[in-house]
Amino acid sequence: MLNRHEILEKHGLLLTVMILLVVAVGGIVEIAPLFWLESTIEKVKGVRPYTPLELAGRNIYVREGCYTCHSQQVRPLRDEVERYGHYSLAAESMYDHPFQWGSKRTGPDLARVGGKYSDAWHRQHMIDPRSLVPESIMPPYAFLANHEVREGDIAGWLKTNRTVGVPYSDDMIENAVVDLKAQVDPFSENYDAFLARYPNAVVRDFDGDPRRITEMDALIAYLQVLGTMVDFSTSMSQSKTIGDRSCMRPCRASLRTWGLVLFIIAFVLVLIYALNPRNKENFDHAKRIPLEDEDQYNDSERN
Amino acid sequence: MTQKEIDEPTGVETTGHSWDGIKELNNPLPRWWLTVFYVSVLFSIGYWVAMPAWPGITGYTKGLRNHSERENVAAAVAELETARNQTMSRLLTVTSVEQVENDPELLQYTMAAGGSIFGDNCATCHGAGGQGFPGYPNLNDDSWLWGGSFDQIKQTIRYGIRSGHPEAHVNLMQAFGRDGILSADAISDMVEYVASLSGGEADPAAVERAAPVFAQQCVTCHGADGTGSQELGAPNLTDSIWLYGGDKQTIHETLMNGRGGVMPAWTDRMSDAQITALAVYVHSLGGGE
Repeated sequence: MLNRHEILEKHGLLLTVMILLVVAVGGIVEIAPLFWLESTIEKVKGVRPYTPLELAGRNIYVREGCYTCHSQQVRPLRDEVERYGHYSLAAESMYDHPFQWGSKRTGPDLARVGGKYSDAWHRQHMIDPRSLVPESIMPPYAFLANHEVREGDIAGWLKTNRTVGVPYSDDMIENAVVDLKAQVDPFSENYDAFLARYPNAVVRDFDGDPRRITEMDALIAYLQVLGTMVDFSTSMSQSKTIGDRSCMRPCRASLRTWGLVLFIIAFVLVLIYALNPRNKENFDHAKRIPLEDEDQYNDSERN
Repeated sequence: MTQKEIDEPTGVETTGHSWDGIKELNNPLPRWWLTVFYVSVLFSIGYWVAMPAWPGITGYTKGLRNHSERENVAAAVAELETARNQTMSRLLTVTSVEQVENDPELLQYTMAAGGSIFGDNCATCHGAGGQGFPGYPNLNDDSWLWGGSFDQIKQTIRYGIRSGHPEAHVNLMQAFGRDGILSADAISDMVEYVASLSGGEADPAAVERAAPVFAQQCVTCHGADGTGSQELGAPNLTDSIWLYGGDKQTIHETLMNGRGGVMPAWTDRMSDAQITALAVYVHSLGGGE
């Protein structure tokens, strides 16, 4: 069998393909299962795609690099759960492309900031952070209040997100600009249609300037929805049922573990085979195959 | 089997590989390195068996230890709650501040708990010491918009102000200028009138002109003498304590565009015992009634 290794070593393309396959094993084992394991993203109720205004706010969040100082992930640790609330679920960022979990907390985590402060607080804090939190080192973002959201871009953003898997309907994309305007105007005629498309969305003028839709409106609308989509008074029991279900099939779980043990035994057998002195000659021969070729080549050149 | 070839100057075996007459030495790997390597391999095997490791078709290997971060945090929080429960459950029966004050142990606990809850949730708007900011009331003084008794503070914390919660405090300071209720001149006069209420300098003629307008538009909430009403959350205009500022420019701004600060409802974020601890803490900041 080992002699067949020669075939690989004599064909560059075949060797490249096989190397690629071997290297891909790591990725296949670690990444690919995430696409089918049901525990990757548990199903929870309430998570909906962002409204056009919230999506515009999210784009501003990404554009301004908020993620460099603020994470959006409450980890399952006691101190974090105590301070921020229920730990984040994967489903809560399933419509985030890219997700904003972040890895740096210069400022506090924002995964559950929605509803914690008033719109006016966010506005003033964005304009001049130190007027409210004297020890803050956050830079001011006062200009957001003077920039209007570009309506022409909205439908394109929804389409882009649909391309990567967010379930925006044709109806939503068609009415993107209408919905953008409806969310800042509680008296608009599209109020009901908007809420039908985006259940439980908050409708109000976020930046205190009803005359126009600014980037401040968008960003505050986004911040105010963070972490509020899932109702944890009910979803706690949901995640519990997920746990219960796996408890109902304990034999399967332990089968998997024992299957793993079998694989490890097979691995040890392969190791013993490979390190067995009796096989050394074969391996040594295989090792020299390329050199023998080289010698022939050198010899013929010399002759 | 090929002959072992020893490199003469170093006395080390060669690999037999030769390039342009240069041969490669086959120095063994350092023993410590190999040891660490093999120990890591053995460790990883043990880890696979003990901990969640390998994905399958419908799930993953749970490992013999059945480790789960979620169960760990649930257990850690449960442990914390058990430890706290003895005192926290006593807080649930508290009906007055005196009850806490007369129990040194409970008081110490309540102040520590209330202080840390305040720091996490309230200090962002009301300041680390409860000193407040323009638009966010000072909690250290004797002036209360919606009442400073223990029960009133609890009510305010629980449901907030204009928070959207059905039980929330709600009132409306109208945008007299923006909504065209008062003319620009009438507003300028009213600024003088409001400034005069708290003893500020004011143009007597303007005050006289504004008095009937005040009686018509403002007394419903702020009272005939301008002392306000905690029932309605209307601020006292005769003292020197101002929520948004008592200079004429700010008063003008208030009359033009109205005010409507929002305090969130905390009932979903805090337990009843936590709200009680927080109310005792806020009550103790200085102005509790």
